[in-house]
Amino acid sequence: MSINRREFLKMAGITTILGIGGVSAVQGVRNRVEASQASRAPEALTAKRWAMVVDMSKFKSEEDYQKCINACHLSHNVPHITDNPKHEIKWLWTETYEHAFPGNEDKYRAERFQHMPFLMLCNHCENPPCVRVCPTQATFKRKSDGIVMMDMHRCIGCRFCMAGCPYGARSFNYKDPRPYIDGSKENLEFPTRMKGVVEKCTLCYERLAKGLQPACVEVSNGALIFGDLEDPNSAVRKVLSERFTIRRKPELGTGTSVYYII
Amino acid sequence: MLEKAIYGGRRYWVWIFFLLGLISVGFLAYLYQFKSGLGITGMSRDVSWGLYIGQFTFLVGVAASGVMVVLPYYLHDYKKFGRLTILGEFLAIAAVIMCMLFIFVDLGQPLRVLNVILHPTPNSVMFYDMLVLSGYLMLNLLIGWTVLGAERKEVAPPKWVKPLIILSIVWAPSIHTVTAFLYAGIPGKHFWLTAILAARFLASAFAGGPALLIILALIVRKYTKFDPGKEAIQSLGKIVTYCMLINVFFLGLELFTAFYSQIPGHMHTFAYLYAGLHGHNQLVPIMWVSSILALIAIVLLVFPQIRKNENLLAVACLATFFSLWIDKGFGLVVGGFVPNSFEKITEYWPTLPEALIALAVWAIGFLVLTILYKIAVSIKEEVVFDKYGEKQIKAE
Repeated sequence: MSINRREFLKMAGITTILGIGGVSAVQGVRNRVEASQASRAPEALTAKRWAMVVDMSKFKSEEDYQKCINACHLSHNVPHITDNPKHEIKWLWTETYEHAFPGNEDKYRAERFQHMPFLMLCNHCENPPCVRVCPTQATFKRKSDGIVMMDMHRCIGCRFCMAGCPYGARSFNYKDPRPYIDGSKENLEFPTRMKGVVEKCTLCYERLAKGLQPACVEVSNGALIFGDLEDPNSAVRKVLSERFTIRRKPELGTGTSVYYII
Repeated sequence: MLEKAIYGGRRYWVWIFFLLGLISVGFLAYLYQFKSGLGITGMSRDVSWGLYIGQFTFLVGVAASGVMVVLPYYLHDYKKFGRLTILGEFLAIAAVIMCMLFIFVDLGQPLRVLNVILHPTPNSVMFYDMLVLSGYLMLNLLIGWTVLGAERKEVAPPKWVKPLIILSIVWAPSIHTVTAFLYAGIPGKHFWLTAILAARFLASAFAGGPALLIILALIVRKYTKFDPGKEAIQSLGKIVTYCMLINVFFLGLELFTAFYSQIPGHMHTFAYLYAGLHGHNQLVPIMWVSSILALIAIVLLVFPQIRKNENLLAVACLATFFSLWIDKGFGLVVGGFVPNSFEKITEYWPTLPEALIALAVWAIGFLVLTILYKIAVSIKEEVVFDKYGEKQIKAE
């Protein structure tokens, strides 16, 4: 079969157009399905919108906080950087009342509340500013359950999300985090990160997929209550309907999913 | 036309190699940053943007300010700017290139930069910033090159350039507005969350950019046979004067709202920058240097008798430029992060490698600018000088 240049170019053009069209059609379908929906294990914990209530009355000692923090940081290979506080990576940590709820200070409030450490974590906002500002969708809100996720392979490290987050929940890997992970305690089931990407709490999506509660909740002895905010019978909704709770910076309209009972 | 850049005197080559030297040093510093990560800078978990993003923000303003000579010339037929337009357009090109480089060196994972195009995200202001900046670069390259090429051949520029020029005039304020929106739409950062931020950005840009252009025009006149025109420089001086006054006025509006309302979140950053907060006062000296330079600039600019003296005008322009360079290229960005989301204070100061990288980006900008100006000036010297020569300006 002979073919002249004109015909060849025509065919090449049509093939290219079909190829590009086909790829974008497949992409279109693929973008509508999330990995978590595509292959969900039967034992997976599911919710329309996950939320957490922190019951401060159940945190009695420094140890109670540290237990939760360790559980989180060990299961996610969070580097323990002590040589330079500017480079700290924190998923779960504590701040005293005045720093956790700035603008609500009152110098006559009882001393024990002034300096009470509160557990801080990503608030998994209903309307997250970090997701709004991210130029690559490396941080995104999972449609199925509202978790604000991180794709550390897509993150370009522009740190717009860190400027955007009003809760200081995000950490940037200013250096290679791996030397700061204790090799003997490394969790081989969770990836370590590389330098130059942002990370934060992802509400233990990997544990939920296996039917486990988040690591911090599991070890908290009931001080952390976890459940579906949209389910009226869930544990969190039950607490929220009975006890007085506060959230961080509600005036910003971010719709945080972490509540505190004082 | 590029061949004009490879013929030059001794002074030209010394300057080029000086810039290349700065670029080499900065490149080595960048290799160090590339290998170790952004931890080699002064940035932290709390102050997560620093010198790089500050310089980026300032330079977007310099790029946008090219419109201050292009607009009067093309929309108001203000002929005296005829010889300045090419300098304005080429300054814009160098400034946009520096902006892009400053974003690039600020990335934690620079090799993934194309993810911004691969995963376009219309809800992110950064996405629009990329669009408007690259668009503005293309427009200025195309317009500057075409108009200069036509001048060289002593023919009128092709008709299709005019609509592009009009587009570039509309485009210029957009690049700086979008840059302001990077900051002005972030909840919880009181210092940036102000509707007047884009207006402030434009006012400071239209003061700082033309101030730099005046200095460049004076240098071009001193070292070449091409004179951008005495009256053109004076007109530009008026633009600097008005925009600097508007800029200071806008800053005053911010201060009034913060300190009359007495809302702590609105006052904290200003207090930190100009007086220090809870014993932290690292930026206070440079912010006062900026304020004093602004004051000197305004005193020199406001009185026409002073402004008409070109030496004093040059001093005023240098004062304007450095005042705004500190205020916007540093204080504005760092200040937004102090105090942080927990009302705690972490201070920031750039490290040596960080400063060397920033200096190298500036050197690349000046290298581009020098080459472009060399081409433009060579062509003007040999072809256009008579056409728009001083004689004709005087005759008008």
